[in-house]
Amino acid sequence: MDIVVYGTIQSFALLLMAFGFSLVYGVSRLPNFAHGAIYVFTGYIAWVLAQEMGLPYPVAVVGALVASALLGVLIYQVVLRRVRGMETSEMIATYAIGLAILESLRWAGLRGTTHALPVFSEGVVTVLGVPVDHQRVVVVGMGVVVIAATWAFTSFTRTGLALRGVAQDERAAMMLGIDSDRMATVAVALGSALAGLGAVILLPLGNVVVEEGYKVLIYAIAVCVVGGLGSWPGTILAAFVLGFSQYATVAYGKPHYQMVVMLLAIIVTLVLRPSGLFGQHKQLEERV
Amino acid sequence: MPDDRRKERLDRGIRVRTESVYALSSVREIAYLAAPRALLIGGFLLLPLVVSPESYWGRVSLSVCILALLAMSFDFLASYVGLVCLGGAFLYGVGAYSTAVLNVYVGLPVFLSIPIATVAGAAVCTALIRPCLPLRGIYFAIVTLMYPLLMARIIEAADVLGGTEGLRGVDGFGSSWIEAYGLIAAMLLFLFGMRRYAAENAGLVIRAVGDDDQAVKAAGIDVVAVRTRAVFIAALPACFAGAWYTHMYSGTGISAFAMDLSIMPIAAAVIGGLGTIAGGVLGSLVLVPASELLRDFGSLRIVAYALLLTAFVVLRSEGLLSWAARRYHQFERWVQA
Repeated sequence: MDIVVYGTIQSFALLLMAFGFSLVYGVSRLPNFAHGAIYVFTGYIAWVLAQEMGLPYPVAVVGALVASALLGVLIYQVVLRRVRGMETSEMIATYAIGLAILESLRWAGLRGTTHALPVFSEGVVTVLGVPVDHQRVVVVGMGVVVIAATWAFTSFTRTGLALRGVAQDERAAMMLGIDSDRMATVAVALGSALAGLGAVILLPLGNVVVEEGYKVLIYAIAVCVVGGLGSWPGTILAAFVLGFSQYATVAYGKPHYQMVVMLLAIIVTLVLRPSGLFGQHKQLEERV
Repeated sequence: MPDDRRKERLDRGIRVRTESVYALSSVREIAYLAAPRALLIGGFLLLPLVVSPESYWGRVSLSVCILALLAMSFDFLASYVGLVCLGGAFLYGVGAYSTAVLNVYVGLPVFLSIPIATVAGAAVCTALIRPCLPLRGIYFAIVTLMYPLLMARIIEAADVLGGTEGLRGVDGFGSSWIEAYGLIAAMLLFLFGMRRYAAENAGLVIRAVGDDDQAVKAAGIDVVAVRTRAVFIAALPACFAGAWYTHMYSGTGISAFAMDLSIMPIAAAVIGGLGTIAGGVLGSLVLVPASELLRDFGSLRIVAYALLLTAFVVLRSEGLLSWAARRYHQFERWVQA
């Protein structure tokens, strides 16, 4: 039973890490290599608001999420808008910004066990005969909420539909009066907030350290490549495939080999199904 | 009124229409063309005589060459093939570990292990990168970004190849003069070799893939094969740099896959000027000494490179060398609009 319960939890954790990256790439074709940095940044802001300034924890979480969305808007408006369409520059710019954020946080003393976020509620419940602490239940709950909310948002609201329009065909969307620059800003803001949400939910399980940022970026990219870049259903499916295989590695092999699983998953996917599990209809576009 | 004037730029008379065809009629004009190259080659060859290879700044000048090799590799892929390699440390690290394995485990002498590690390392890198080459450039960026991070963790976790300790006890060169001049000569060879290769027919096809892969495909050329070849060529200088550095410091470790080794070459290439290959050398000449001066600031150094890099990408994307070349080859004057 362990593998079902903890595999599911691990899958939702991966989903929370990857969803923001997938959203931004899906809408605006921007690979946001600063994703992991925004994740750690949000955790740090939440820590500062809660521990240093003594705000109640829920307020600190909301504040941190707003801060991460604003950071996303800032990155897009100040830097990315000027290099839009130049792929090389886009990639170098997001990568450099991510490094700048992470390494300045490292300089600010974000290492070791000095920075820890509190869990939402203490306690253990028993699911299917397996003891699970509350925070991990929250992980699964928020994963479901994020999927449902994203689905509702992109199906029923004007902004959400416009986002999908830009994702499907940017030029046609522009002809219908959708401002693609504004949509990209919205997408980056949302993606950053989602990264932040993942951070405030997942980071209480460990410490807020810079290495988490690189790890999250690797995981997010692995999930997105396996699922097919920019495909949202693919991202969800891939999170489950990778989540269960990761947990199986921990349970039956050595925990150290989690990274090897990620590497193998990516290589096997690229060789067998280059555009990802769900990327079939995009084959032509994604291939050379 | 400054408003009705504009700046006009004129090529110097000896340049004949295209990029690299010149009409030379005097020694002075030959000197004009040869001077920048002579300055670069002569400067690097004199460097070990001016600052002793054993001194601190001598070591720094060799780091310039190492970084320049990595920057050339990045520039070749990014500007000619359109593949942005975000993990230069991967190519470097594979070269470093290859030579360490060949030297320590197999027992090959230095002057066999370095060339073999260069070629074999480049082949290993190409084989690992090959699966993402049929896809668009973004996949290449993503995969190369992940590889060095993964490699470090795999070596750490599986405890192979020396694990966290790294591989120690690699032979040195014996003489610091061989060490310095070998590296400088190799850097100059790679620099002019890659520039020449890009100008040959084979390089033309590679650049065409960077410009418009669909058109190249329509011409009946195998795009994936061309990209594979380009990745192999670009991996050569990076693996060589890793191998040479490993022998300079008698060992290697997980730090060969560290983030600085990915970001610094990109910064050097962008600051120097993308699309020139030589720009990376200029960028390294600026960055490495600057980074030595900033040594006390620890991880703020990487922040400084990253911000400088972003600023250059957004505001001055042509880079220093292209700017300098324009000033050298063109007159500027104000004319009535």
